[in-house]
Order: sequence, then structure tokens, then C-alpha cells
Amino acid sequence: MSGDAVDTSKRRFLIAATTVVGGVGAVYTAVPFVASWMPSERAKAAGAPVEADISKLEAGQMIRVQWRGKPVWILKRNEEMLAALPGLDDRLRDPASVDPQQPDYAQNGTRSIKPEILIAVGICTHLGCSPTFIPEALPQPYDPDWKGGFFCPCHGSKFDLAGRVYNSVPAPLNLEVPPHAYVSETLVLIGDDGGIS
Amino acid sequence: MGMLINFRDWIDARFPLTKMWEEHLSKYYAPKNFNFWYYFGSLALLVLVLQIVTGIFLTMNYKPDAGQAFASVEYIMRDVEWGWLIRYMHSTGATAFFLVVYLHMFRALLYGSYKKPRELIWIFGMMIYLALMAEAFFGYLLPWGQMSYWGAQVIISLFGAIPVIGDDLSLWIRGDFVISDVTLNRFFALHVIAVPFVLAILVVVHILALHEVGSNNPDGIEIKKNKDENGIPKDGIPFHPYYSVKDIAGVVVFLMFFSFVMFFVPEGGGYLLEAPNFEPADPLKTPEHIAPVWYFTPYYAMLRAVTIDIGPLSAKFLGVIVMGAAVVILFFLPWLDRSPVKSIRYRGPICKIMLALFVIAFVVLGWLGTQAPTDAKTLMAQIGTIVYFAFFLLMPIYTKIDSTKPVPDRVTG
Amino acid sequence: MKKHVLAILLFVAPVFAMAGGGGVHLDKANIDPTNKESLQRGARTFVNYCMGCHSARYQRYNRLGRDLGISDDDIIANLMFTGEKVGDLMDIAMTPVMGKKWFGAAPPDLTLVARVRGTDWLYTYLRTFYLDDSRPFGVNNEVFSNVGMPNVLWELQGWQRPIYKTVVDDEGHEHQVLEGVELLKAGSQTPAEFDRTIRDLVNFLAYMGEPIKLERQSLGIKVMLFLFVFFIFAYLLKKEYWKDIH
Repeated sequence: MSGDAVDTSKRRFLIAATTVVGGVGAVYTAVPFVASWMPSERAKAAGAPVEADISKLEAGQMIRVQWRGKPVWILKRNEEMLAALPGLDDRLRDPASVDPQQPDYAQNGTRSIKPEILIAVGICTHLGCSPTFIPEALPQPYDPDWKGGFFCPCHGSKFDLAGRVYNSVPAPLNLEVPPHAYVSETLVLIGDDGGIS
Repeated sequence: MGMLINFRDWIDARFPLTKMWEEHLSKYYAPKNFNFWYYFGSLALLVLVLQIVTGIFLTMNYKPDAGQAFASVEYIMRDVEWGWLIRYMHSTGATAFFLVVYLHMFRALLYGSYKKPRELIWIFGMMIYLALMAEAFFGYLLPWGQMSYWGAQVIISLFGAIPVIGDDLSLWIRGDFVISDVTLNRFFALHVIAVPFVLAILVVVHILALHEVGSNNPDGIEIKKNKDENGIPKDGIPFHPYYSVKDIAGVVVFLMFFSFVMFFVPEGGGYLLEAPNFEPADPLKTPEHIAPVWYFTPYYAMLRAVTIDIGPLSAKFLGVIVMGAAVVILFFLPWLDRSPVKSIRYRGPICKIMLALFVIAFVVLGWLGTQAPTDAKTLMAQIGTIVYFAFFLLMPIYTKIDSTKPVPDRVTG
Repeated sequence: MKKHVLAILLFVAPVFAMAGGGGVHLDKANIDPTNKESLQRGARTFVNYCMGCHSARYQRYNRLGRDLGISDDDIIANLMFTGEKVGDLMDIAMTPVMGKKWFGAAPPDLTLVARVRGTDWLYTYLRTFYLDDSRPFGVNNEVFSNVGMPNVLWELQGWQRPIYKTVVDDEGHEHQVLEGVELLKAGSQTPAEFDRTIRDLVNFLAYMGEPIKLERQSLGIKVMLFLFVFFIFAYLLKKEYWKDIH
């Protein structure tokens, strides 16, 4: 055994220094493993924007496209449907679309770029079922004063024809409006708006 | 700080945490003269952990289906973030594992670490070696490249050489009439779950057996024969902190070599990632040149070195026997070695020459295993095989008649 | 002891140098993986001349764009002809089954060909097609005897013819041995220009074989530097503790 006293402070410094450097190395080594869980290039490619052709869409008609594995509804509203929207405000939880469920250009009375075309993700904001499209303004068992909209069969949530959620239903938020942009009058790109939103 | 101590005491009342810490680390007394050859045990453990962690992450994206396996590996290399790094770590790790294990075993040959009372440590170690070879063999089929497929084909057909039961055995191993998706799926299960479990258990008992007896050292002296008044071996030092700190430095040096290969030459000149394996498996087209991965090549050379039939036993079958015997004979080392001293430092010239010849034979056989056979090379392989076996079979004689030097009482460093 | 190990290693080392195979002489490709213009030209050649029959089904268009400095729009305009999306894999309409039916052997996928054959082999292969009436497509190849591929690049290279050498073997029999090839009819590129075209193409094939290569090497340097620094601390720590033992 050495006769010199143990230089404790030097030892402590070296332990600390080695631990710090080693710790940095350990973190840097962990990063690739954790990052490998991020969506792969294949997942990102599959999640790429989708083009929809609305040239044949008639007033009152709705088509569905798939984007990122989710249903996206494209509804061409008629005059009646659009006229009914303002009158529903006091029955809705978020009539002015304050919650960030839509890009800025869809934060308006019709929640859309073109007033007549609604583009919304067809997934109920409660627990993820896909609501049913009930466009006719006729009395319904869940609403004697139904003015047309979407009814979710799972737990009874209701949305109007701008995708806005009603009061007193389980769903907390309006339907999500995805980023989108009109490539032309009849072609809309869903999932990409050139970075505006 | 007080809280931590209380927490530790709470655990200790319910679980032998401090007891284990002391028994295996802070009060495990290892000889103070460990040299370069003593790094490879902890390095082997490090590589095992590395292979398990990278293996788990590879399994998250790999598809064990003959139609998707090859593409899934390229998916990992290109589409999964950092997938390329995880893949290269695993492929470089496989080579590193065998390199480290061979050097670790060589240490035992140098210093007689397999001799009484450490025979069981050696036996467990040999079982680890066998499990490791199985693990590598099963794993190599998974990329489903040309070399994967045809390498497996060759090895499984060796089992077919066994008389009477051979063909049925091959059929049973494959699960099909040719190597197929069925074979791939079961090799996946064995490689990912079964053999790693076995390996982990074997490593634990290997270390427990070591700690029961205590480590050997380069002088081959039993340090427990010389204890101080507290019962602590005079030539012993606690593993922690002295060898933990030394092994950390060793790990960093190892990581330098490992990183160099992984980042700059992951293909290893075609020896770590073989060129034909970048082509998907094609059952109708055999590559020009089939060779096993480098760590199997010494045995492959021995297999091909046997070219004569003996009666009803084909050369192919005899080659398999010789190859198997070459591994099995290692198990008997503790009983073949009759030298009164453990370490090569105190043995005579015969033992030194025989060990040197053994190493040369093993390395040359390894090189020969990568080469296409020619008459000259086959002759070299035959000589090498004879030297390899002579090391073991003559050992009871030459270890007894060789001169020895007096072994000191205390370690020399 | 270390001396003995070193001696053994030195004795054995030359053995590994001899491990390379023999065969036809290969010209050096001399590619520069950092030369983006070369890679871009190679990509263009590949898409225009090779992708009619050969897929590159593990490579994505947008990855190519990112690594080679080509925008998505330029990729779509110049490298994509059949309506795929820029995130798609570079696959072709002809399946391996169809390929085998139409050509006898399916033209292989080329994403990894540079890792299988090596760049020198590819560089030599693509430049040594020569006229041979006995073959179905009228051409043969110096490094790939009886290859099943036509000489797709004949417009650029022109046509080459074989040069034979008469060789007498041990038994006194004469054999014609292929010694080399020479240009018979010029194409739209001079030999020097064609060599550059092929070098660019091989450069691109090497890139496709392992797109991460440059990043891996760059990261490797950083890792080695870090480990070197870490080693200094670890070593000092070890030395400090081991003062106790002597």
C-alpha cells in the first residue's frame, strides 16, 4: 500500500469529471435508440398529402378521402345548410372556433376557405368513432330541432354542418379541419397548405 | 443523503442488495496483478448487453417472413431513424463478441484458469461458447441474403451426413423440404428469445462459479493461501473500485476499436458484412464462393480437410465428426492438462511451443476456411487440423514431462 | 508475452493480404461520393437508361433529392415519369415474374448492386460490352461472360469489338483468349466523356447502395474524438485509484 495520503479532492474531481463525460456519452448513445421510434420515412411517405377532385361534387353531397389513415369528409353545402349555421351559435360549445382545431384560414363561420366546401376529419373528438352524416333538417330522436349535421352513434355526440360540436354532449371539441389548400378551383390538396398554418 | 441510506436499509431488510454488492464487488477480492488478458471477461459482458439492446430494437422493425425479411433490413437501414446505426452496431457486435471471447478463452490457456478448482467455470464457459455459436448461426439466416441462405443450407446438410438419422434430422431442423419461411421463422424465435435466455443464465452461473472459488491470475497462484489477520488475501484487492475503474478505461479503449470498425469499415472488407448477402436469397442460384463468417472458419477448414472415406463412413461425415470433436475436446481441457503449475510463466519450453503452434494452427485454419479449396490448401488444412488436435491429445504427456520453474508464493505483477 | 503475440500477428498478417480473389483486371472507378453534380448526372443516367428494366426498390425519390441537393419539384419534373409521389420507392411496373417471363432472367434490382459487385467491377462492366453474334442481344461482356443484358448505352459509347489473342496451352493446342476490346464505331460521346458518364453512374449506384455513408463517416470522427477525451479522464481516474496499490 502506498504511504501517501489519499488525495480525496482529486479523486472526487476525477470521479465527477469521468461521470459527467461518461454521462454525456450515455445520453448521446441513447438518443438514436429513442429516436428510432419516431415515424420512419415509410410512415411519413404514407402520411403524405392527398389530392381530392371536387369537380363532380354536387350541392348537399359529401365524399370521403383517406389521409394518414383517417377519413376526411369533403361536403359541398347548399344554400339552406349555410343559412342555418349562424342560428345555431347558442346551442354550440365553441361557435367561434376558439379552440385550435382548425388552421387560421378556417376560423370563421363556415370553418372553411370556400364558404360552401367543408373539409373536416371524420373522427369524433370524444373517443374516436366516425360520426354518421345526417344532412336533412328533420326532427331526430336525439334532437327535435335538428338542422342537419353529424351524429356520433357511439356516445351521442352531435356536430353541425360546419363540424362544430353541440353543448351537453360528451365530445369536447369541434371536428378537426386539416391543413389544406386549393391547387385549382376543383382540386384540393389535403394535408399540406404550403406551411401557412 | 440520509433519505438514500434509509431507502437502502429498507431494501436490505427485504432483499440482499448490500450483501450482493459486497460479495461480488466491494468485498470480492481479486488478485492485484491482472494484466491485459483480464479485460476480456468484462468486455464480453458489455458486448452481450450491446447485442441484446440493439437486437431488441432491430426486432421492432424486422420482419421474420421470407418475403419481407430482406426488405425489412433495408427499411431499417434507410427509413427507420438511426436504424443504420443500430444495424451496424449489431453486425459489428457479433464479430466483436467472438473476438473478445476467443481472447478471453486464450487467457485461460495462458494461465491455466481451467485447472482445479475452476473446472466448472471452464465448463460453463464452453457451454456459453456453444450457445454463442448457435446464436450466431441462427442469427445469420435472418437477413435472408444469399450467404444467409446458402450458409444455412451447407451447415444443415452437415447434419444430413449423420448415418441413418441424417436426412430426417435435417428435415426436422428445417421444418420443410428446403430452407424456407418455416425455417426462418423458427430460427428467429431461437435467436431472439430461446438462446439469449440460455446465454444469460449461463453467464450468471459462470460468474457465480468464478466468485465461489475466486479469480486466477497471471502467476497461477492461489491468493487465498496467503491471508492477512482480517482474512483478506494479501495479494487481493477489492474488485470495486479498483477493477471497476480499470475496466472502464478498458471499455473506452474497446469502444474506440469498435467505433472505428462500425463507423469506417462496417463491412470489414467483406468479412463482417459479406457482399453476397446484399443480394436477396435465391434458392435457384448458389453464390460462387460460400464461406461461413470468419469466426466459424477454423472449424470449416477442418471439416473440408477430411477427404478420405473410412469404410462405410463418408469423408463428409468424418469431417463433421472432426469438426464436432474440435469443439468438444475443449471441454476436456481441465483433465488433459497434467502440469503441476497453472501459468505458462512457470512452464517449460514444450508447453510454450505447443501453445504457440496451437494459436498459429487456429489462425491459419481460420484463413484457410475463407479460401476456395486447392490441393495445397487442403494439405495445409490437414496439417493444421493435426496440430490442433495434437495440442490436446498429447497434452497429458507433454504437460507432465515438461520442465517447470518454481512458482512464487506471492504474485509478481 | 506481448512480444510473442505481436510476432504471431505479424507473421499471419500477410496471409490476409493474399485473401483477395483473382480474375479479370478491373479498372479503378475513382468515384468521389462528395461530388453532388456527379451524383446528379449519375441519377439522371440511371433513371433514363436503367429504370426501364431495373428497379431500385429500396431507394426513395425524396431521399435522393435531399442527399443530392435536388428539390422535390425538380425530382418530379426530371426523374419521375409515371405519376408516383415523391416519397415513393423507386420501383418499376415490371415485376420480377414478368421480367423472368420476358427476358429469361428477371433484370435484378440495382439498389444494392454496388455493395454486391463493388464499384470497380461495375465501372469496368459498363464499359466493356463488345459485339458478339453468338449472343441473343448481339453483345457479350469482358467481366461478365455471356451476360443476358443488351448494351443499353450503345448510343453514348458506340460499338466495341473484341480483340483475341492466340494462346498455346501445355498440350500444344491453340486457344483464342479475350485480351481486350476496342472501339469500332463511335457513339455520341468520346471515350473520355463516356468514361465520365459511367463514373457518375457508378458514383450514383454506390450512393444508392448506402445513402448514409458520408454521414456515418462524419459521425464516426466525432465519436472517436469524444472517446479519446473520455479515455483521458478514465485513464487518469484509474491511475489515481491505483496509486493505492503498489
